[in-house]
Amino acid sequence: MSETADRVKKIVIEHLGVEADKVTEDASFIDDLGADSLDIVELVMAFEEEFGVEIPDDAAEKIGTVKDAIDYIDSKQ
Amino acid sequence: MFNLTGMTALVTGASGGIGSAIAKGLAAQGARLALSGSNIDKLNAFAAELGGDHVCLPCNLSDAAAVDALVPQAVEALGGKLDILLNNAGVTRDNLILRMKDEEWQDVIRINLEAAFRLMRAAAKPMMKARFGRIISITSVVGVTGNPGQANYAASKAGLIGMSKALAQELASRNVTVNCIAPGFIRSAMTDALTDAQKEAILAKIPAGALGEGDDIAAAAAYLASRQAGYVTGQTLHVNGGMAMI
Repeated sequence: MSETADRVKKIVIEHLGVEADKVTEDASFIDDLGADSLDIVELVMAFEEEFGVEIPDDAAEKIGTVKDAIDYIDSKQ
Repeated sequence: MFNLTGMTALVTGASGGIGSAIAKGLAAQGARLALSGSNIDKLNAFAAELGGDHVCLPCNLSDAAAVDALVPQAVEALGGKLDILLNNAGVTRDNLILRMKDEEWQDVIRINLEAAFRLMRAAAKPMMKARFGRIISITSVVGVTGNPGQANYAASKAGLIGMSKALAQELASRNVTVNCIAPGFIRSAMTDALTDAQKEAILAKIPAGALGEGDDIAAAAAYLASRQAGYVTGQTLHVNGGMAMI
């Protein structure tokens, strides 16, 4: 697993208060991890801070799964 | 009760009549303030009068870019956190709707409503992160009752109420409350300039038999800003001597 994936998963686990084994790369924030739209906004803010990247609104809207987040961040690093 | 020690606040229109009373009230409860206003000299004079460790952030609220920059400036000036946003600044451009110019409409909506939207949008982020925030907007009794000659002003003030209710629902789970205070007739330079006959006509409509004072609004603001008011959100607190009971 990449370093980005580890850090993304850590943020997701902390922020959503979910079990680590549920945070697979295919997990959907909303459908599988119980996030609401405000949680997604907060997760994106947390990713921006952790990785020092800016995630514009149109990109943020396309982030639906853990893998989407990892891929986006990797593409900007 | 309503101790605001350790809390920080951004107050717009802070050198005006109601704004200065609110600023004094929040400062008296221990909050550290960023005072914003359009007139730098008035603002500095007020800050000097207030004393304490407050900062002045002049801002032209009809300049969208300046408004967008105001919350980040306040967060920085106040040591990295903003607990309270107090949208107080407002203008009137009264006219009968048949005579109302586009500019009169736009000025009022831009300063009273759009600037508040920009400030709320900017403040929501640090408040969500902090899991604490108090957003308070000064609306008006006429935003609920209407008033001839004030279609623009009444629309802007009703808009603040609706916007606050929407934001209150968005942010409630993050311990950020969003409320309005709706003053009735408050004594000010404007009401002092009224004729005795005009004053009598106004007082006849107020069961309390007197105009309100800036301090009456400041007390409402201190309450809504306090930790004790954490379960109050999406509300409009009417402070009007009973002239409208809603």
